[in-house]
Amino acid sequence: MNITHPESLLFWTVLVFVILLVLLKKYAWSPILGAVKDRETSINDALAAAEEARKEMQNLKADNERILKEARAERDMLLKEAREMKEQIIADAKTEAQEQGNKIIAQAKSTIENEKKAALSELKNQVASLSLEIAEKVVKQEFSDKDKQLELVENMLGEAGTLN
Amino acid sequence: MALARKSITNLILLAFLIVSSAFAQEHHTNGEEQEEEYNPTEVIMHHIRDSHEFHIFGDISLGLPVILWTDNGLVTFISSEFQHDDAGQVIVERKGMKFARYHDEIYYAGSDGKLKFDDNHHPVADRPLNFSITKNVFTLFLAAAIMLLVFIPVANSYKRVRGAPKGLAGFIEPLILFVRNDIAIPNIGKKKYEKYMPYLLTVFFLIWFGNLFGLIPFFPFTGTLTNDIIFTGVLAVFTFLITAFSGNKHYWKHIFATPGVPKPLLLIMIPVEVLGMFTKPFALMVRLFANITAGHIVILSLFSLIFIFKTAAVAPVSIAFALFMFVLELLVAALQAYVFTLLSALFIGQAVEDHH
Repeated sequence: MNITHPESLLFWTVLVFVILLVLLKKYAWSPILGAVKDRETSINDALAAAEEARKEMQNLKADNERILKEARAERDMLLKEAREMKEQIIADAKTEAQEQGNKIIAQAKSTIENEKKAALSELKNQVASLSLEIAEKVVKQEFSDKDKQLELVENMLGEAGTLN
Repeated sequence: MALARKSITNLILLAFLIVSSAFAQEHHTNGEEQEEEYNPTEVIMHHIRDSHEFHIFGDISLGLPVILWTDNGLVTFISSEFQHDDAGQVIVERKGMKFARYHDEIYYAGSDGKLKFDDNHHPVADRPLNFSITKNVFTLFLAAAIMLLVFIPVANSYKRVRGAPKGLAGFIEPLILFVRNDIAIPNIGKKKYEKYMPYLLTVFFLIWFGNLFGLIPFFPFTGTLTNDIIFTGVLAVFTFLITAFSGNKHYWKHIFATPGVPKPLLLIMIPVEVLGMFTKPFALMVRLFANITAGHIVILSLFSLIFIFKTAAVAPVSIAFALFMFVLELLVAALQAYVFTLLSALFIGQAVEDHH
């Protein structure tokens, strides 16, 4: 094959190719490659964001569970405390009541004792005074009438017997 | 493999062509009574060579602008002024100079209005510098225009459409991504490929379009850019220049002081490596040119069989084989664009590689 006038195609090829390269680079390849790259980046970003969101979600879920667990534990603790407090209060009340009761009983006892002592001493006094009265009366009767004196003694004694 | 098979086919075919043309010529000299013997070599070579006219069909041709840089400055006229003459008979006169065309080359004709020939019928005349818009230049313009018309609207569509590409962009984008992901990035590397993408894309699509145009059998196509060695040569030179100018110190060190090679051997190694710098683009040039030309020669030869055997009975066979070749050519059109771009990327990749 003969090559004829090589300079024409050589010249035009260089010229057209360079112009084509410059024009396409500016108006076609750069925008297309840029758009493709942008899209790829945005897809990658979206995927990364989704992954991030998924992780966050998991974290949130874990957090929620932890908080729930803590709340539950706290509730249990509160309940336990309350129960303990209740028992404490009851126990305290019981002991206090016991003490109070004992004190009242003791007071009552001592009052009764005192009353009893007072009664006894009054009885003794009464008996003594009665005895003196009887003795007086007897003495008086004896001096007047023997029979009457005896009757009087017996009456007195009967009186004393009922008194007792 | 495909390349090897292709070149073998080419060789066989050339042998066949030479034999058949020799046979035809012999026949011609023996039988004077035959008017004009069909010469497949001439027909085929006429089809695949560059021309000042664009043959449309039958006797209709489109005259293309002839642009000459002569001794007296620029001369332009339409090639139809030669009236289809290619034997140096018709003279066109401009600015007091006479021009004649012989075998597609425009010469200064003598003052007597005749082109002088030597004994071997080669013209003995000077010729002006010829910057004519030939058939191949026309095809180049067409390919460039169509590329601009295809890719710029596609690029603009990205401004309107956010998200997945639609329409033509949906078809073009995978090709661009193919060049990027399967050619540029694996060979040049993720860090440096971006600078070379415009070149690789332009070369890929220009070669592909140029190859495909040659397969479309009607005006304004039919011209094949890539079966001209000048065109493939220019592209190869671009690849060579880009490779040489992007070469880093590792690349040059590899050529002029190949690591691990004893000093005396460098005497041999340096010329070999320097030669290698040039053989790579040379191979690019020849591979593309030969593949496309061979395909065209095969198809034309198959059709020539009808005329060689002078019977229409061969036509079904010719058509069947030509159809097969045609489909193969469609594949080769894309394949050669891929191979050229791939090897360009590979050479650039070698030049910018950081470490071995």
